[in-house]
Amino acid sequence: MTSSSLIKSFERVKEDNRAALLTYTVGGDPDKKTSLNIFKSIAESGADIIECGLGHGANIGDGGAIQDSTYRALSGGIKTDDIFEIIEDFKKDYETDVIIMTYQNKIMAYGEEDFIKKCISSKVSGIICVDWPWPLNLDFAKKCKENSIVFIQLLCPTTNEDRLKNILNDAHEVVYYISMLSTTGQKLKVSSDEIKKRFNLIKKISPDKKCIIGFGITADTINDFKDTDACVVGSALCREITRSINEELNPATNVGNMVSDLKQKLSS
Amino acid sequence: MKLEKGIPLIDQHDENGYWGGKFGGNQIAESLNYPIEELTREFEKLRNDETFIAERDYYFKNFVGAPTPFIKLENLTKHLGGAQIYCKLVSKATGGAHKAYNAVVHSLICKRLGKTYIGGDTGAGYAGKMLSMAAAKFNLKCKIFMGTKDVERQSINVFSMRSYGAEVVPVNSGSQTLVDAVSECMRWWTSENEEAHMCVGSTVGPTIFVKICAWSTAQISREMRKQVMDEFGEVPKDMKLINCVGGGSSAAGFWNEWIDYDNIELIGVEAGGPEGSSKHAAPLTNESPIGVLHGATQYVIQDDQGEIEETESISAGLDYPGVSPLHCFLKETGRARYTSASDEEALEAFQLVSKNEGFVSPSLEPSHAFAEAIKIAPKLSKDTIIVVDSCGDSAKDSKIIAERLGYKI
Ligand SMILES: Cc1ncc(COP(=O)(O)O)c(C=O)c1O
Repeated sequence: MTSSSLIKSFERVKEDNRAALLTYTVGGDPDKKTSLNIFKSIAESGADIIECGLGHGANIGDGGAIQDSTYRALSGGIKTDDIFEIIEDFKKDYETDVIIMTYQNKIMAYGEEDFIKKCISSKVSGIICVDWPWPLNLDFAKKCKENSIVFIQLLCPTTNEDRLKNILNDAHEVVYYISMLSTTGQKLKVSSDEIKKRFNLIKKISPDKKCIIGFGITADTINDFKDTDACVVGSALCREITRSINEELNPATNVGNMVSDLKQKLSS
Repeated sequence: MKLEKGIPLIDQHDENGYWGGKFGGNQIAESLNYPIEELTREFEKLRNDETFIAERDYYFKNFVGAPTPFIKLENLTKHLGGAQIYCKLVSKATGGAHKAYNAVVHSLICKRLGKTYIGGDTGAGYAGKMLSMAAAKFNLKCKIFMGTKDVERQSINVFSMRSYGAEVVPVNSGSQTLVDAVSECMRWWTSENEEAHMCVGSTVGPTIFVKICAWSTAQISREMRKQVMDEFGEVPKDMKLINCVGGGSSAAGFWNEWIDYDNIELIGVEAGGPEGSSKHAAPLTNESPIGVLHGATQYVIQDDQGEIEETESISAGLDYPGVSPLHCFLKETGRARYTSASDEEALEAFQLVSKNEGFVSPSLEPSHAFAEAIKIAPKLSKDTIIVVDSCGDSAKDSKIIAERLGYKI
């Protein structure tokens, strides 16, 4: 559980000489039960870490595919507590680490302290908060740390070197590199080499920190990142959920198949 | 929380961009950090640059048409039989509303940044109309985000935007109004900020956008100061300035020069929605919970899950669940008083003002401000001066008003 388990997961992956596969789907999409099944299927298909979206309607960082998922979850009446319940149920049977990805207003509305307490009781390993940038997030990050939850700082292509160093200096064991300037789910508009160059710079400054790469990665490009620490696929999976619903297929099975394929591509 | 005298309101924030240590800020994705820092540096430089100020004033005077009239509403005053009612006729600004000032300034900044592409949000369509107008003038490619519901109900302004060559992007998510348009515009800028500049249409969003917008609309009170002195020979002892508040850009500009005068009462009027509806767009009046919307901390209409709730107002320009951090600050310091007017009260005010004054025919947004003036004026003495900012012209609302009043156009 919690931060030490997240770090152990990264270490295990490293021993296997591969990059960790992270998935992003929105918690509660399309409903509580299916969402739990999707997480189980993702875990069984070999994902190393699960990012669970706690969606926010007035987000300013989600592309269309993730907005659709968020809309389905919210209009189905999913509440923050439902997301914690899904994670708690999942963690009863699975070791796979779960990270919550959300927006600040969701945490504020829940109450910072209560949110952290609930993360602990439902065995959440880490938190990513898209619209809570460094250094404004430092107090909250500290509270996370005191409770063995990894608060994951975000970096991007236009984070200049001074800021990069400062953020990395304050960062916990894991950081997230946003591969390109965009919302989620757009086509990768920078080359994989360019992304790896920035990744290497981050690793040079902080060799001990694990760096997750995300935004725009699909089955077509994932193999380019097999020598990095970790990468996330999100929108492609959310689109698969949408397609499965529209075609009345089983989203859990289909998402699972997609994850197996991604895993194989990342490891080969 | 304390308001300082002698320091512009827009500069009374802390190093993290919070007014009163609490409202505003830059709660944005890391991908927007660089362009916001760049814009902040550029604006701080330009506001101290005499050539830039001269350029701004040139366009305000010759293109926007500053100063707009400051007139006494004799008939309305007589009809109500109390305070003397004046009007700052900001709707005379080219394009029909105060949104022209912010649009011109952002377009000029866009050019200074060496960018040729500008995007913005709009609700009533005025912010979008003025931005496309300025973009055409300054040879900028322009994209406007507008909720699908607003595209429909403010079609006259959409027509203008398209005539000026802007691409109008209807936004289908959520309530399909201004709140969704702003979200979508910020998402667009997250992707395009290396090439494009963003204009936020009101005093909302990350701190720098609040500052640029209020700095631009401050033209209204700057020119009005002189008009007040010409009219009264002094600053009246008992004066009340009434303005509608959606995002708050019009009110911020109308009040800016008067904030240090404690004897001048500042009254902001929010949208109360249809009578009996609970979907008021009045976060200040009703003290909605504090939360984060569009990158800034503010009073915002939301449920216990932190989800932004739908609002409902006859006036698209006031139909926004959040409000400027500047107004949150003015409310908490007690400097301004906020109240709301219902759809019905605004419609009645529109009729009463138009019938009595002819030359003044406020759009539905300032009709909310007039509704408050009509409520309080009869109870006040003739030594009290009420000034209402008529910041929009009713032409854009003719369809809605005609339908509500049952005439055919
Ligand atoms: C005429 C008019 N008045 C008022 C508003 C409300 O915005 P703000 O409060 O920023 O002035 C709008 C917004 O579109 C408007 O068009």
